[in-house]
Amino acid sequence: MTDETQQRIISEWQKRLHTARERRQPVRIRGGGSKTHLPWCRIPDEAVVIDTRAWRGVERYEPTELVVTVRGGTPLDEVEALLAERNQWLPFAPPRFRAGTTIGGVVASGLSGPTRLGHGTVRDAVLGVRLLDGRRRVLRFGGEVMKNVAGYDVSRLLVGSWGTLGVLLSVSLKVSPVPPASATRRFAMTAVEASRQLNRWAGQPLPLSAALWADGTLWVQLHGARAAVEEAGVQIGGERVAEDEADALWQHVRDHREPLWAVPDGLVLWRLSVPPTAPITEVGARFWFEGTGGIRWVVAPPDWDGFAYAAQLGGWAWRWQGAASRWMSARPETVAAIEARVRDVFDPDRLFGDGPFGEG
Amino acid sequence: MEAVVDRARAWAQTERHFEVDAEQLRACLLAVLPADRVLCAPEELAPYECDGLSVFRAQPLAVVLPQSEDEVVAVLKVCHEMGVPVVPRGAGTGLSGGAMPHPQGVVLSLARLNRILAIDPVARTARVQPGVRNLAISEAVAPYGLYYAPDPSSQIACTIGGNVAENSGGVHCLKYGLTVHNVLAVRGFTASGEPVAFGSVAPDAPGYDLLALTIGSEGMLAVVTEITVRLLPKPVVAKCLLAAFDSVRAAGEAVAAVIAAGIIPAGLEMMDRGATVAVEDFIHAGYPTDAEALLLCEADGTEAEVAEEIARMKAVLEAHGATEIRVSRDEAERLRFWAGRKAAFPAAGRISADYYCMDGTIPRRAIGAMLEAIREMESRYGLRCLNVFHAGDGNLHPLILFDANVPGEWERAEAFGVEILERSVALGGTITGEHGVGVEKINQMCVQFTPEEREAFFQIKAAFDPDGVLNPGKAIPTLHRCAEYGKMRVSGGALPFPELPRF
Repeated sequence: MTDETQQRIISEWQKRLHTARERRQPVRIRGGGSKTHLPWCRIPDEAVVIDTRAWRGVERYEPTELVVTVRGGTPLDEVEALLAERNQWLPFAPPRFRAGTTIGGVVASGLSGPTRLGHGTVRDAVLGVRLLDGRRRVLRFGGEVMKNVAGYDVSRLLVGSWGTLGVLLSVSLKVSPVPPASATRRFAMTAVEASRQLNRWAGQPLPLSAALWADGTLWVQLHGARAAVEEAGVQIGGERVAEDEADALWQHVRDHREPLWAVPDGLVLWRLSVPPTAPITEVGARFWFEGTGGIRWVVAPPDWDGFAYAAQLGGWAWRWQGAASRWMSARPETVAAIEARVRDVFDPDRLFGDGPFGEG
Repeated sequence: MEAVVDRARAWAQTERHFEVDAEQLRACLLAVLPADRVLCAPEELAPYECDGLSVFRAQPLAVVLPQSEDEVVAVLKVCHEMGVPVVPRGAGTGLSGGAMPHPQGVVLSLARLNRILAIDPVARTARVQPGVRNLAISEAVAPYGLYYAPDPSSQIACTIGGNVAENSGGVHCLKYGLTVHNVLAVRGFTASGEPVAFGSVAPDAPGYDLLALTIGSEGMLAVVTEITVRLLPKPVVAKCLLAAFDSVRAAGEAVAAVIAAGIIPAGLEMMDRGATVAVEDFIHAGYPTDAEALLLCEADGTEAEVAEEIARMKAVLEAHGATEIRVSRDEAERLRFWAGRKAAFPAAGRISADYYCMDGTIPRRAIGAMLEAIREMESRYGLRCLNVFHAGDGNLHPLILFDANVPGEWERAEAFGVEILERSVALGGTITGEHGVGVEKINQMCVQFTPEEREAFFQIKAAFDPDGVLNPGKAIPTLHRCAEYGKMRVSGGALPFPELPRF
């Protein structure tokens, strides 16, 4: 993309923001549309849409710097293919619920896949951003270096902000070398045993990468140096899962695919985020968990109150689907007031809507 | 030193002025705290005049030493009501003047909030007060085979509260991350004394990531009184490899080659010859003093894992021109390899009356070019510079040697430092990797950020602290200050009136 084209697109978007503000129309940012099934991502009919898909391309990739800078509308597949050429990856396994996921959507949603257990989250990987905010300012925060404490960490504020603060023009992400070896082991265990065992393992120097418990089975992925993976496999035991089957499983978990993520009509899917060692009870019609027990999925009847349940366990909840009066656990008043003022910094006119944060 | 004190006073005067009745303030503080926790006499205030960057000093109106959260709140409420600036302080080891007192303000020392409140070995977390020393956490959790990863060089003294304020790193952060990657949650109070909690022991947290904003905010957004850190299992074994090179450029290229080979060392440090010689005279670590550059390269993990990684690192370094390679044979030797690197700052202090430590970060590929540029600056400014680097993440710590008692030397050292920082920005890096902006690098913020970006920072500050009383004047320069600085800057680093104080 030439500088001129970039300037033209940014001016066009600035104009659109200006007009929307004058006409009091909502604005929504749309990438690949792979998350439009999430209720808070629905685009109202009257909205002015900023479609980022034309705003694409890798601005810089420096394999020896472990960093890639990418325009927001770039397809995730394209970025991952580029990194794979140099045997590198985005270690947080960003989900692609449908085809078309863009890097902007990856960062704006802040969602990470199952390997977050061993390799961290998208928040951990973000180094810098360029943003077009609701005041039509083009702002750069952070950068391309690993260590940078100049100014407040606005880059990470934008992770998981769901497009409510502005358009992610570009993001710089820390990339990692793909560890040389991986292996998946399977165990027959109850949820309680599985979580207890996982937390025990996580306190030992083992190359744990991902874990899933569902339907009486615990799946553990090891990922690291060859020797470490071999030793750890012997140490934790279980049954070795064939590579193809393991790859399919972890992709399934990463992308929330059916049958595991299937929700029968009339029931509601909840994502509970709780302290990993909080007592495990298999609540709801179906229950499974990721990591050592911190992310718990519950398929429950419509009247079940996941917010209250998660709060009781010291965590928070996300109502993952359906019409609701609220999708995400509420924050205490003082914190909510700061959040509102932070929103004022970037979008005082509330052009970009509430994302999952407000009343539904 | 008098001139320096004047400079700090003048710094504060260019910022917003606070009208404070000192006597009334002290009376109000004494009404909410026992007398032994309120320091007012000049001789009591003296130790708090500066942090680790001693060239910037100011005397506060009072220093308070609360011992509980309730006392912190009481102090905040007094100061909020009277509109008095509050400067939070940990151990005072910071290197950017972030804890330099405000002349019309109160220093809020959190050093006495120093208890480890809870250790959960199963969940691998520790809940601690801000005055707990960084190393004390790792010591306390060692019986469980755990440790707290970020290890700034001042870790025996610096507090975890200070680490949160600065987003401190250390020598292992390429592999294990910075403070922001290892702190799960904080509790604290806003400037007006309202309780807040950011982050969560549960994965992620609902709403905006205010925890990320708070970490590294230099005590300007909230006062943190409780921190929950993530603990990691201690690696079974660590080995260190020492490699010598006959040019800094070759060493820089070897660093890039290690990363390109898909290796993430637990630590990857570089020292130039000046630093090596200074350290060797002091610590006798056994460093080869004829090498132009040394690399320290650490691998940790299980025995087999470490053996695998050391062999790979060795092969890469040999292929990239290492003239000598030693692998630590045991823990004692590994610690000896590190002892030299860790003693770089005191070694500089030993050969020079004063030294000025810089903290830019640049892309790794530019390390060789930067070192050559620094060499040229040494002759231009007539000052020596020792170079130690966190090479793995491109974080530079040039140590500029000077003597504050020689007229003009400090000014030259400062100009030298400014040129390094501005060069860092030009090379695609940043003015501060881990020491923070504080008062020291406030002018260089004008170079790194546009007026609109700095405006956004001020707006964020106001979102947390509408009255602007928490550590005012630090980290984010005003438009006015940048305009003044812009007028003063000339190309090449030479200043028009080097004898004049510059703010």
